[in-house]
Amino acid sequence: MTYHILHTGNSRSFPGAHALHEKAGADLNAADVIIVTGADVGKHAASLSQWKDKTAVLLELGTECLGVYAGESRGVEGSNVLGFARFRLGEGDPSNLVELVRQPRSSEAAISAATQVFEGAGLKVAVCGDFAGRIIDRLVRPYYNAALRRLDEQLASADDLDTTLRLGLGYPEGPIALLERTGLAHHFDVTQAMFDAYGETAYVPARRARVAKQSSKK
Amino acid sequence: MSEIKTVGVAGSGTMGAGIAIVAARAGYKTIVFDTRQAALDSARKQTAGFFAKSVERKKLTQDQVDKIMGDLSGTTSLADMAACDIVIEAVFESLKVKHELFSELNKVCPQTTLFASNTSTLSITEIAGGSGRDDRFVGMHFCLPAQLMKLVEMSPGIRTTDATFQRAWAFSKAMGQTPVKTKDNPGFILNYFLVPFNNDAIRLVESGVAAPADVDRAIKTGLGYPLGPLELLDMVGLDTQLLLCEALYGITHDPRAACPPLVKRMIAAGHLGRKSGQGFFNYSGNAMFGG
Ligand SMILES: NC(=O)c1ccc[n+]([C@@H]2O[C@H](COP(=O)([O-])OP(=O)(O)OC[C@H]3O[C@@H](n4cnc5c(N)ncnc54)[C@H](O)[C@@H]3O)[C@@H](O)[C@H]2O)c1
Repeated sequence: MTYHILHTGNSRSFPGAHALHEKAGADLNAADVIIVTGADVGKHAASLSQWKDKTAVLLELGTECLGVYAGESRGVEGSNVLGFARFRLGEGDPSNLVELVRQPRSSEAAISAATQVFEGAGLKVAVCGDFAGRIIDRLVRPYYNAALRRLDEQLASADDLDTTLRLGLGYPEGPIALLERTGLAHHFDVTQAMFDAYGETAYVPARRARVAKQSSKK
Repeated sequence: MSEIKTVGVAGSGTMGAGIAIVAARAGYKTIVFDTRQAALDSARKQTAGFFAKSVERKKLTQDQVDKIMGDLSGTTSLADMAACDIVIEAVFESLKVKHELFSELNKVCPQTTLFASNTSTLSITEIAGGSGRDDRFVGMHFCLPAQLMKLVEMSPGIRTTDATFQRAWAFSKAMGQTPVKTKDNPGFILNYFLVPFNNDAIRLVESGVAAPADVDRAIKTGLGYPLGPLELLDMVGLDTQLLLCEALYGITHDPRAACPPLVKRMIAAGHLGRKSGQGFFNYSGNAMFGG
């Protein structure tokens, strides 16, 4: 499986050198798979129709849905174009997890090629539908908001909250320490985007995240 | 403040048996009370097996185990709890059952005996209210499996005195546990966060966002959690998750704590998790499907 990478500005998934870059081919025309990384993948949206014969075209996503670039129609959309993002909390390092975003009728060959490419670069792949927050943000943002709210309500001290979740569930880090390390203001941005998408109160940024965001602007 | 020497455990089920191991292993004379002799017999057998493994793994010597097993006794007579300086209750999760038990214990135990409850979802203040000694009452929530997990969530009820809380806290530490202090709040810390988190994971599967194996792989790889939420739910049991949701949602009315309809459908289909061989994953032939 040969692939070619197009860079479009800063990539949250691949901010530095990575095995994925090392194994990439130089020739776009000869590649089976095209990977578009960076914050401005939209600038290649017009080219997607020219790449229909590629096994897969993989677009790096932020908080937006793949449908923005690949189009949607009557719930039966899907092609060789997939989305992806390497899960990363705020300013922390990117994890080894790639969330691979599909549409209802995405090509199975594209999914399998994408999985092969990412796994070949030492990453793990979880396939998910094209919904805001994908898998991990859908699960952790409500949990982080709840932890921040309960801290305000003095359910327990920050240390006791963290200790409980580490010792009780084997989490590597408690939620409060983790948000401090990776940036509360960043948590605000992600959970606000999800609140905009779903309108569910669980995603409403917790007070502490809002304060961090406001003070980061000063 | 009298020293705790003898520990009572009420209820010899999954949790009671584990808590009794923790107390006896720490050198306390430990008396386990259950209304069913069969529960005491089965726990004693399991406890002997557990300590045999501790000897095999060289964590304890046979002499130490003999002493521990000598200090650990079972009884179906409530009157035997009169010898205890603290009684940790781990009977069925029912306010009525717990009230009845504590009001009987209150008649039998000396005034200085502390009462503690291992409840997961009930209010410590409410249980204490039926005990006749709500000032000497504390929440001590151990984690499953209690004999291995160090964490104890400790909560004072509204009328718990500082002296009571400190005495129970010191006792928890003396048993080698790691206590954390939490308010008397539905689900304390652990279940308060875990039950809705697991429900959210179920809803991702239910609404077709991702398959169980993908959800678990994402959480384990992306966050470094030792278990994915869906394999954890298969271990806990979908029937237990339903009970936890009903208890938490009943008090908090938090939409995330409401039981997702898929859980009820899975229970109806007999997909309870590991114990029935099928949950979110298939366990026939002991091999884990998906992953
Ligand atoms: N299982 C868990 O994961 C877990 C974790 C933490 C806390 N808890 C809490 O611990 C308590 C016990 O849970 P479990 O899973 O061990 O239950 P279980 O059903 O395994 O055991 C309960 C035991 O209590 C005995 N019992 C019932 N009524 C009694 C009475 N009046 N007097 C004496 N014994 C009586 C029963 O015979 C049974 O042996 C519950 O309050 C539960 O919420 C459970």
